[in-house]
Amino acid sequence: MRTILFVLTVLGVISLAFWAYRENYATQAALEQIEQLHRDIRQAHARLAVLKAEWAYLNRPDRLRDLAELNFDRLGLLPLAPEQFGLIDQVAYPAPKVPMIDISRGVDVSSQEAGQ
Amino acid sequence: MSLRIPLRPLARILSARDSGEDPSAIEAENRARRHEEMQARARGRAESRLLVLSLFFFAAFAVIGVRMGMLAASEPMEPRAVALGAQISAARADIVDRHGRLLATNFDTHALYAQPPQMIDPERAATELAKVFPDLDAAKLKKDFTGTRKFLWIKRKISPEQMQAVHEIGEPGLLFGPREMRLYPNGALAAHVLGGASFGEEGVSAAEVIGVAGVEKHFDARLRDPARTAQPLQLSLDLTVQAAAERVLMGGMKLMNAKGATSVLMDVQTGEVISVVSLPHFDPNKRPRPLTEGDASDSPLFNRSVQGVYELGSVFKIFTAAQAVDLGLVNPNTMINTAGPMKIGGHRIGEFRNKNYGTISVSDIIVKSSNRGTGRLALQIGAKRQQDFLRDLGFFEPTPFEIVEARGGRPLLPERWTDLSAVTISYGHGLSSSPMHLAAGYAAIANGGTRVTPTILKRENAPKGPRVMSPEAAKAARKMLRAVVATGTASFGEVPGYAVGGKTGTADKPNAAGRYYEDKVIATFASIFPSHDPKYVLVVTLDEPVETSGDKPRRTAGWTAVPVAAEMIRRVAPLLGVRPEIEPAPIAGITHTSSN
Repeated sequence: MRTILFVLTVLGVISLAFWAYRENYATQAALEQIEQLHRDIRQAHARLAVLKAEWAYLNRPDRLRDLAELNFDRLGLLPLAPEQFGLIDQVAYPAPKVPMIDISRGVDVSSQEAGQ
Repeated sequence: MSLRIPLRPLARILSARDSGEDPSAIEAENRARRHEEMQARARGRAESRLLVLSLFFFAAFAVIGVRMGMLAASEPMEPRAVALGAQISAARADIVDRHGRLLATNFDTHALYAQPPQMIDPERAATELAKVFPDLDAAKLKKDFTGTRKFLWIKRKISPEQMQAVHEIGEPGLLFGPREMRLYPNGALAAHVLGGASFGEEGVSAAEVIGVAGVEKHFDARLRDPARTAQPLQLSLDLTVQAAAERVLMGGMKLMNAKGATSVLMDVQTGEVISVVSLPHFDPNKRPRPLTEGDASDSPLFNRSVQGVYELGSVFKIFTAAQAVDLGLVNPNTMINTAGPMKIGGHRIGEFRNKNYGTISVSDIIVKSSNRGTGRLALQIGAKRQQDFLRDLGFFEPTPFEIVEARGGRPLLPERWTDLSAVTISYGHGLSSSPMHLAAGYAAIANGGTRVTPTILKRENAPKGPRVMSPEAAKAARKMLRAVVATGTASFGEVPGYAVGGKTGTADKPNAAGRYYEDKVIATFASIFPSHDPKYVLVVTLDEPVETSGDKPRRTAGWTAVPVAAEMIRRVAPLLGVRPEIEPAPIAGITHTSSN
């Protein structure tokens, strides 16, 4: 009885040690992964910041104005003016739809008997 | 250790035997005494062991207790996962406009430094570097590289192309340090508000970026706070409006041959500054050095909107008229005699070009801009009440506008506020203030009589300031301002659909000797629009303008500042979403003439 208990205890200790060893390495791997993810996030943030700065730089009012002037022939962009505000009354109602006349069959029109 | 006593001491045994006593009793007595001694010794030893053991336990429990206490008291955090946050890259918060468009951000770049002891071919490195950076001097670099120096900075910021070119030199003694640099993608736009940034303490692997002017300096601690770098600082500026205002003002400044110009556009309810321009301006990415000699206002760094403290002239007349109406002294139709001569404290008060307007209404005093008329109103108000009113409007303190330069814009007040001061201040002379002060004062008239504090931060709902005049007085003042544009000195200010109201002001510039220049003026137009329901205040000031289309040069604000302001309103109001409206006509007074 004592021997069985002893063997079981030893086995228990070995299995616990194995479990702890595995957990230790799993933790380290997870931490490394976190670090890697943080690095990725940092890089993504840096990239995002660069893209945002570039977007802001490309959309700076000076440049947009110059581009609008350069491409005036194609775009015809002008600064917003008070005259461009409209009222809802100035928008015409859509014209009522005219029903289509079915003229799939030929219609003969003649003036032969008109005099009669 | 005491002397060991034998169990059967011979002397006592012999004498006991002689006296017929039992010698074993002596032995028993001595034995008992010896046992007692042994017991006492053992107890002492055990007690000292217990003491040591209890000390040990006490120490162990104390350590555990202290550690537990420390853990309980400190912030709980995961040691590894948090230390490597994503925030490290953003050392300074961005600045954005009221719609979230970027005004200032950070950019990763590199600094170039050299460690001459590690160099293989210092002379070649020097000549090659001078080729990459034309502004560097090859001879000086050679001297530095071959001398005794162990370390030197070569360039604070370099572009990726330049970095590649330096890499291609292939010199191990040339090294790069990562740098965060402040970038203003819109260039000179809103330069005076943003200010600029530069490097503080520098190390090889990092350098701190500190604000040197404008909001960058005013909010330096907030922008650098690591907990808030993710939230951008949102200003009340509107990027498109600012760009349009800068363009119009730049054109106006050139057309009117002015030395400088400034404009302030403010929301009359919240005090948010939508656009503030000061020309000439600069690029905050390459902030110029401040002038070390001469007049500070000649530098592009000079912010005319808050630092330009000048006598602004007749634009102040409306405050006098509004206060006179508020106090119930007059109404807009009260007739006032403006005929000369008028002498106060030995000084003659004259009119523009020595005109004489005769007896006219209070409203016409503003429309025709009569100095003697407002002077007489000021005498009725009295110096004390005039001071209180102007103090309430904020003309006694630097504006609380959140850029560092604003603190320098302290208004210049007369030392003694005599009747003469009251009269001259009533038409804007003898009290110097900045255009920002003026805009805040006009905003109070425009919003129905509550004080406005200018701010550069976006405010959702600003608390209403204390009341400085009655809504009726403010309304009467607005009607007068509208009349100035409709029929008076600011007729060029009419913008169809926006019912502009405003007042012109032309003040002679003082020279260094304290006299006034004959031919240098500050022309100001302070306006509100739409005047029947004001939403915005616009102040345009031109420094030394002269309009030369006529046969003689014209310098009055009506000819210089007003057309610029009108064009600005025409461009900016649609951008602000203000729809042109037909001004509500005054309700026709119907009187019954017959009762049958």
